[in-house]
Amino acid sequence: MLDSTRKALTPSRVLVYATLLLACLVYLIPVFVMLITSFKTTGDIRTGNLMSMPESWSLEAWSKAWSSACTGVECNGVNGFFWNSLKMTIPAVLISTGLGAINGYVLSKWRFRGSDLFFSMLLFGCFIPFQVVLLPMASTLGKLGLANTTPGLVLVHVVYGVAFTTLFFRNFYVGVPDALVKAARLDGAGFVTIFVRIMLPLSTPIFMVCFIWQFTQIWNDFLFGVVFASGDSQPITVGLNNLVNTSTGVKEYNVDMAAAMIAALPTLLVYILAGKYFIRGLTSGSVKG
Amino acid sequence: MAQLGAVSQATPRRPRVRLTQLLERLLPKLALAPTVVLTLVGIYGFMIWTGALSLTSSTFLPSYEFAGFEQYQRLFANDRWMTACQNLAIFGALFIGFCLAIGCFLAILLDQRIRHEGMIRTIYLYPMALSMIVTGAVWQWILNPSLGLEKLMHDWGWTSFQFDWLTDTDMVIYTIVIAAVWQASGFVMALFLAGLRGIDGAIINAARVDGASLPRIYLRIVLPAMRPVFFSSVMVLAHIAIKSFDLVTAMTSGGPGYASDLPALFMYSFTFTRGQMGMGAASAMLMLGALLAILVPYLYSELRGARNA
Repeated sequence: MLDSTRKALTPSRVLVYATLLLACLVYLIPVFVMLITSFKTTGDIRTGNLMSMPESWSLEAWSKAWSSACTGVECNGVNGFFWNSLKMTIPAVLISTGLGAINGYVLSKWRFRGSDLFFSMLLFGCFIPFQVVLLPMASTLGKLGLANTTPGLVLVHVVYGVAFTTLFFRNFYVGVPDALVKAARLDGAGFVTIFVRIMLPLSTPIFMVCFIWQFTQIWNDFLFGVVFASGDSQPITVGLNNLVNTSTGVKEYNVDMAAAMIAALPTLLVYILAGKYFIRGLTSGSVKG
Repeated sequence: MAQLGAVSQATPRRPRVRLTQLLERLLPKLALAPTVVLTLVGIYGFMIWTGALSLTSSTFLPSYEFAGFEQYQRLFANDRWMTACQNLAIFGALFIGFCLAIGCFLAILLDQRIRHEGMIRTIYLYPMALSMIVTGAVWQWILNPSLGLEKLMHDWGWTSFQFDWLTDTDMVIYTIVIAAVWQASGFVMALFLAGLRGIDGAIINAARVDGASLPRIYLRIVLPAMRPVFFSSVMVLAHIAIKSFDLVTAMTSGGPGYASDLPALFMYSFTFTRGQMGMGAASAMLMLGALLAILVPYLYSELRGARNA
């Protein structure tokens, strides 16, 4: 303890802290700017600057962004897009996580000929640029009658999310001792019983990682939303992009920033509440992938 | 014990036991089946399908008339595609370079027994939780030529300050680099920090006892040990760069003109808004090719490393 307090006083330590603090500011300022801009009035934006506080804090931009800002031809704000995102994200997260848990269980504890090969093939799915599947997916969704619908988007997110969720669960279950499974099998427990009674109770942390990773990925997705959805099934990212880049009328940065806050809040909240799991997902999802 | 008894008594009912055993043996495969189907169709089938489309003369509707490599030729004769590729080269190199430099630097600083390390780490990483569309919207506002950074500097007394990269055809791609580095460098920091924590402290202490200075220890011992982290970071960042679509769409929509176009954006607009399906498919295949060109050597060295270890 004494040692560390003495350490903090040397000039080089001060320099280290100063640099780290400066970096903190650089990372924080854009969101700070976004936040204060969203509370400004249009007049404030013209007279003030990026870092100046609003003259009077106003919720006008927020309410306009939520319910009356123009996102292209229509001017109903982003609330519809927000609910679409929610309707799409929740089922997609649940289904892809459930599938991932089962797959991870099979690929770690019930391997069979070809299962390792399949796992490598699945991992490759984490790496492809999705542009390479867009066209066939669009025409397949059309044939299935799912084009431009929320269920269609859910399907797409499940297909291209399951590689990640499987990876998470497989790597987690590999760490569960095989002896545990063998003992249960000797006692007569089967495939389902072992999964439900032994594996699932151990899996809370990896479920958290998986839920949070998938939620962030799917909520933030733009590519699938813009390609496979139209009109009343478009997610919030598409709504925000339409609002920010709409060419009609005067550009209102306060409304843009309020809409950006609305789009960012769910994932930011998740990050603040469960950042630990998010970071774990981030590092294991990309390094081991 | 009870089970042994049950088996010997159940000889007459053998077929049923076999059936349940068979089912039990099939169950893992059945459980995996939906994903196998989804993957084989949704990833591999669709990839081949796109490959096939890239060899046809499809425009607004798919046509399956074989056209050889015509679409690829047209692609390379297209100015906009060449600009997009050039932009990707500039963007990719700067994005990866800056992320690695900043990430590594911050990780080393954070590894000096910093108080509140957890909080600082959380701050560096939060941009990764944001959508690229949000990032694009914010940076579009900050870099706005008249009301953004420029006005701030004027108000703070630096009246000759000029910053109009967002509308400057030659500089616009660098604004995308700024926003992307802001978003992803904290993530690289986390990867490097995890790597630094994996280094055996005894080696560093031994070097210190031998009188090596701290910068020297980092240059000669620590950084060489970070090779794997370095390579996996490059992989992840290259992947992000090649796929980059959201950020550039939100920030500049590829503009002014097509000065900040990237292959992913090119693919989208040619395929879905301009009715050039064949060319779009060809550009997607080239993006896949670029990714494989990075991925395959990496996986090869990873596998070889694993075998040697």
